[in-house]
Amino acid sequence: MAFMLLRRLAQAFLILIGVAAITFVLLYALPADPARMIAGRSATAQTVASIRHELGLDQPLLVQFWTYLSGLLRGDLGRSYAQKTEVWTLIVARLPATLTLMAAGIVVEVILGITFGTIAAVKRGGMIDRLVMMASFVGVSAPQFVVALLLYVFAVTLGWFPMSGYGSFAHVVLPAATLGVLGAGWYARMVRSAMIDVLNQDYVRTARAKGLSSRRIIFRHALPNAILPIVAMIGIDIGQFMGGVVVVEAVYGWPGIGQLAWQAIQQVDIPIIMGVTLTSALAIVTGNLIADVIAPFIDPRIRTS
Amino acid sequence: MGIFRSLLRQPTAVFGLVVVIVVVALALAAPLIAPFSPDEQMFDGLTLEGAPMPPGGPFLLGTDTLGRDLLSRMLFGARTSLIIGLVANGVAVAIGLFIGIVAGYLRGLAGNILMRFTDLMMAFPALLLAIVLAALLKPSLWIVAMVIALVNWVQVARIVYTETRGLVERDFIMAERSLGAGHGRILFLHILPHLVPTAIVWGTLGIATTVLLEATLSFLGIGVQPPEPSWGNIIFESQSYFQAAPWLVFFPGLVILLTALAFNLVGDALRDILDPTQRGRG
Repeated sequence: MAFMLLRRLAQAFLILIGVAAITFVLLYALPADPARMIAGRSATAQTVASIRHELGLDQPLLVQFWTYLSGLLRGDLGRSYAQKTEVWTLIVARLPATLTLMAAGIVVEVILGITFGTIAAVKRGGMIDRLVMMASFVGVSAPQFVVALLLYVFAVTLGWFPMSGYGSFAHVVLPAATLGVLGAGWYARMVRSAMIDVLNQDYVRTARAKGLSSRRIIFRHALPNAILPIVAMIGIDIGQFMGGVVVVEAVYGWPGIGQLAWQAIQQVDIPIIMGVTLTSALAIVTGNLIADVIAPFIDPRIRTS
Repeated sequence: MGIFRSLLRQPTAVFGLVVVIVVVALALAAPLIAPFSPDEQMFDGLTLEGAPMPPGGPFLLGTDTLGRDLLSRMLFGARTSLIIGLVANGVAVAIGLFIGIVAGYLRGLAGNILMRFTDLMMAFPALLLAIVLAALLKPSLWIVAMVIALVNWVQVARIVYTETRGLVERDFIMAERSLGAGHGRILFLHILPHLVPTAIVWGTLGIATTVLLEATLSFLGIGVQPPEPSWGNIIFESQSYFQAAPWLVFFPGLVILLTALAFNLVGDALRDILDPTQRGRG
């Protein structure tokens, strides 16, 4: 177990270095010139050249990457071009908002997913099952930004929820609902399929033969065993969220790292883009790692194999 | 035709298939059936206050902020979305197939490197990567398609890899090899045909993802550029107006949803049919 963990940690570390390298090369190769962006349209070639020199952009790719990487290993993500602040400080300031939104979204997803997935599995083949499956398909096929915009109109017209911003529980409701209700489709489908597997197992038949109530069978015997895929799913989802928040944060004016990234992209503020990409990659890798570590505790069969 | 008949037996798949056919037909026939030119700013396309016209009257779905007919723009937008859906997803499936097969067949060091690279791509926040690429390149229809292909091949590669590894172990491949078949013959004549179902399923499901991604990028203003209409950029263009004119978000949003839903339903039904072990579980 300890060895496995160590190996996975080393792998995760290498993956992060790889993500850093690829992002770096991509951003280096792109036609957008950050020095020109900072200098403005009317700047002379000389000004642009001096800014380029100041930022170290005139050095060869490998030298630049090495400088970045050695900074990274010391926990230094560099300085923002536009805001002249440490990227790390900017990200840390934005992270709580994104994590709040993510946690709220995942709670909504998991609750809806488990509830409807279980109902569908128990009522398999019936009208309710079909409705749930259809709804889950609609959820995963719906464009996030459209749902966000329509909920926004709804909020404005009814005045139930604040239009945008951050700070109170009411603010988080609509963005979390956008992320959670749509994402719940995957969870419902997974729970349904896992539950159907479990409900066909011999021990469930035994439990039924013993005369246990179906409520007890579902909640005590079946559901705990059907929950494993959900744990893995949450791990993957954390990563999905990190990318998906850009859109939802843009619509709701949510001051998280998605918004930070979006502003940075428009200003070709490469250090921030790198920082956010790496933070997201870190979240994805950590999410998967946590899922792998938790799995054996939920399902002892994984421990022995 | 067995597959087709099985598809017709599932009501949801039939629904999906009908929607797909209708959307494709409308896109193909757009120049013939569109009531107006998609780019024409109509003299009577705005109210006296200069606001978009609500649905009804000569403009069936209303007009946009520049007084252009929404229905006509959406019909031509269907072409954009479908072209990107087909091209981007086709390229993604091709890349995924290639990397998956080669990695699964070679194993050893080369295969390992390819799969580690795939793992690495899995750790990339796909949407963020697409947004960064699309924003920093000068976006156009083909660039958007390539960006989407570059972030979407990974899942296909993983599945194809697993399947290829299973196939390579099978007796008939061993037999073929002992008869002296070369790598090319084994790969193209014996392994590739077994992966056709996977390619079909992902070729269908992937279009849903692609249509959604294109719409999202265009909504952010970094996808297909106006005046060329796409479902996403129609919403992008009317963003500042959508509270007064919600139909400008609703109708394009609805067709995006319906199209993605249709491809998802057909793809899921195909998966059930082509992979009997999955039947009734998804």
